[in-house]
Amino acid sequence: MKTIHVAATVNGDAVEFVCAPEESLLDVLRNRLGLTGAKEGCGSGDCGACSITLNGRLVCSCLVLAAEAEGAEIGTVEGLARNDALHPLQQAFIDHAALQCGICTPGILVAAKALLERNPDPSESEIRYWLAGNLCRCTGYDKIVRAVQAAARKMRAA
Amino acid sequence: MVTVTIWGSLRALTDGRATLEVEASTFKQLLDRLVRDYPGLRPQIERGVSLAVDGRIYREAWFTPIKPDSEVVLMPYMTGG
Amino acid sequence: MMALDQNGKRIFKVVGTRPPRPDGIDKVTGRALYGADVAAPGMLVGRILRSPHAHAEIVAIDTSAAVALEGVKAVVTGTDFAPQADPTLRDIQENCMARGKALYDGHAVAAVAATTAAIARAALKLIKVSYKPLPHVTDVDQAMRAEAPVVQAGRALESVPAGTPDNVTHRCEFGHGDLAAGFARADLIVTRSFTTAATHQGYIEPHACLASMTADGKGDLWCCTQGQFNVRTICAALLGIEASQLRVTASEIGGGFGGKTSVFIEPVALALARRAGRPVKIVMTRDEVFRATGPTVSTSIDVRIGVTKAGRITAGEAELRYSGGAFACPTVELGAQAAFAAYDLEAVRTIGWNVLTNRPKEAAFRAPGAPAAIYAVECVIDEACQRLGLDPLEVRLINAARKGTRSSYGPTFDDIGLLATLNAAKAHPHYRAPLAPGQGRGLSAGFWFNFGGNTCVSLNVNTDGTVGVTEGNPDIGGSRAAISQMAAEELGIPYDKVRTMIADTASLGYNDVTDGSRVTFAVGLATIKAAQDAIRKMCARAAKIWGIDPDAVEWVDGAAVPAGPNAGKFPPMTLAEIAALSFKTGGPIAGHHEFNADGAGVSFGVHLCDVEVDPETGATRVLRYTVFQDAGRAVHPSYVEGQMQGGAAQGIGWALNEEYIYGSDGRLQNPGFLDYRVPVASDLPMIETVILEIPNPGHPYGVRGVGETSIVPPLAAVSNAVSRAIGVRMNRLPMSPPRVLAAIDAKG
Repeated sequence: MKTIHVAATVNGDAVEFVCAPEESLLDVLRNRLGLTGAKEGCGSGDCGACSITLNGRLVCSCLVLAAEAEGAEIGTVEGLARNDALHPLQQAFIDHAALQCGICTPGILVAAKALLERNPDPSESEIRYWLAGNLCRCTGYDKIVRAVQAAARKMRAA
Repeated sequence: MVTVTIWGSLRALTDGRATLEVEASTFKQLLDRLVRDYPGLRPQIERGVSLAVDGRIYREAWFTPIKPDSEVVLMPYMTGG
Repeated sequence: MMALDQNGKRIFKVVGTRPPRPDGIDKVTGRALYGADVAAPGMLVGRILRSPHAHAEIVAIDTSAAVALEGVKAVVTGTDFAPQADPTLRDIQENCMARGKALYDGHAVAAVAATTAAIARAALKLIKVSYKPLPHVTDVDQAMRAEAPVVQAGRALESVPAGTPDNVTHRCEFGHGDLAAGFARADLIVTRSFTTAATHQGYIEPHACLASMTADGKGDLWCCTQGQFNVRTICAALLGIEASQLRVTASEIGGGFGGKTSVFIEPVALALARRAGRPVKIVMTRDEVFRATGPTVSTSIDVRIGVTKAGRITAGEAELRYSGGAFACPTVELGAQAAFAAYDLEAVRTIGWNVLTNRPKEAAFRAPGAPAAIYAVECVIDEACQRLGLDPLEVRLINAARKGTRSSYGPTFDDIGLLATLNAAKAHPHYRAPLAPGQGRGLSAGFWFNFGGNTCVSLNVNTDGTVGVTEGNPDIGGSRAAISQMAAEELGIPYDKVRTMIADTASLGYNDVTDGSRVTFAVGLATIKAAQDAIRKMCARAAKIWGIDPDAVEWVDGAAVPAGPNAGKFPPMTLAEIAALSFKTGGPIAGHHEFNADGAGVSFGVHLCDVEVDPETGATRVLRYTVFQDAGRAVHPSYVEGQMQGGAAQGIGWALNEEYIYGSDGRLQNPGFLDYRVPVASDLPMIETVILEIPNPGHPYGVRGVGETSIVPPLAAVSNAVSRAIGVRMNRLPMSPPRVLAAIDAKG
């Protein structure tokens, strides 16, 4: 079985791993690097639970081959907090009850952070369309949208 | 004597009667007497039934006391999701 | 002793507030461990081979080539499980792994465990299954016909009349009164038929488990489940071991909604682990989740309602034909009881049938059986209102069940919240907001029974003045926070001094599954009683320390105090102070409670929905949505709101887009999120919530379950809104754009 050696950066830390050619970046994050925050909800890019950033771009890690990560900067939910200081989005999600089971939460947080980096003052509609690729089955999205709005307000004031 | 209401599809097994008079003072006694008097009810009762006593549903509590003037309704065993 | 207001009602300090949930930080940082997030040394990957036929005899299975493949450590088929005498366990076992017949597309027929996923997949390809395909049937009405292919013979209960076709397993009937007289009094009789397709709970986390068994027969199972004790019971039976030998630990769960109340892969993982002598992890793919877990029933329902010109319903009847897949399913009994439950009727009758089809075995999706039944009834009532020119909310108020009403399913109602929710809807600005052309407003009432169940709670008082609550119900909506709140309230200590944990099956007594909207009610009740037990013990310790009689001590605001001036002059001893001395005064202090809870109150809801329909595409946009629901007492209002919003969103999806689509070959055509279309963030508006509190007399704080009711009203609320928007009564779900467009075009 052929294996490929990859060197990349995850949440600011240098990492190295070997992977099979057909292995997805999601599989490597979860099974080889111990970063189980990104979840597999569908394996086909329809649910967004595996959302990460790859060189600053929001992607579904189930659709990225691990080998494609060579030399890339990867951002996962585990990189949002600074030591024990939560990111404003994470705090807002807790304060506004924007999660119930929490399985979609890592993907939504990564996606929301990517949105606010591009658009610090999004409208409700812009938030909803940006997050349309992240399925949530528990909340009906209402409190998620409110939490993103609250975090955006906090981040603009900082 | 307690008056027990039987649901529609069980009435074929109680000679067509929608209400039965049963001598019983607890949940278990009532079910035991029903089976004794109407053996056709046994399969359903063994699968599980609940009793609504004065509006409160008891899923399977044998020693629930039943007063003679209580409203008692037999119900299928309750499940949820 | 508790604080009371001027009406003698209790003043709550913690209940009714919105503290942060204990699992919040773990979930926003990715630290929380779900079903697929763990591994074990020596772990093998398990994969399942599934039937590609909707219905087939399994003539032979040859696993020899798979067994011989390097890296394969175990292979199992249906004959590796202990045959079950109990029909419920027999059906579960046959569903987990086929015996003799493949009953639906995706039915498990064999499984392997191998050192890597790639080898496991290759091994499945080496298993030779020789099938003899049989004719299949997937539609409920077709399956009821005499000439339909027989899915399983001999499964009918005694309630089914002789001579009924073999696929019919259940017949039930409920109701009271003289229907003929009732219809004779009506000024208008509306008769309509409805169909709804099977839907899936759509939880984002696929089923996952990690199983290990030692050579001496002890098992450990980690799985995402709504009920680890139920999993233990079933797996122990299927593997032929005793319950105490199997420890099941519930992971954090990524959604369940009723779909994770049984088992699918767990007995298979344990059987593989036993044979291989190594841990086995099985994670379902999304395709497998749709094809081979537990979707809802599909339904075909006829409703007839008689109404006077003034809006009084004089008679209601319905026939409900449900199919819960290839195994006998009693869900129609709940639908038949719930259909007219919101109304005070002198004459009502419902008849229900369950029919087998070549589809996966049904599981609940929130309130099982009720959504479709109430959808049909609420649509017919709305049509009657339109035809008589009556306000739909006024007609609900005229006919609403209330305290003293004889319910359509038999018992007389005690205090219930339907009138309060209807009046709240009537008073709300949403009800009077103007509508533009092409827009419509729909209303529906809804109902669910809720129940209590077997519950154990253990409450330990730590020497530093903190409290640990151990309960046994997986947290699917924020219940750990609510349990901690109730413990803190009863003990009189701050919320953040309490930590609630969920135990595995070896660490606590039996707890029924997290379902039936039971946790805040039953586990909460047990927690309050466990706290009272601990309080009695702490008062006894204080009494000993003071040298007075235990009856002379009472508990006020988190401390033991002498009861009355004759007891003696001692300053209060707080929980922390008593706990700090506990080792010297008799040992560690704990309270506990075990019971089978009854007295859960029913929960009523009313939903208002505004839609706009695009006449060129048939697409429906939900413009505004408001949920009114009776929670009895909202312990944590944010999580009650969350249940209301989440159930509403699921119901909206059910009404507009979600359905299982079967091909003529009987195979599921849309087993993925692309084509099984659940609501996304851009589909929905904000969902406003109004919580009513009509206390449940069966709970010390008045709590009623809330988790399930909210999925019931959306089906008719959305359908009534669409029907009014386009001027055509819709009678089939989902109202996907092609169907709405066809209705618009047919109207001309």
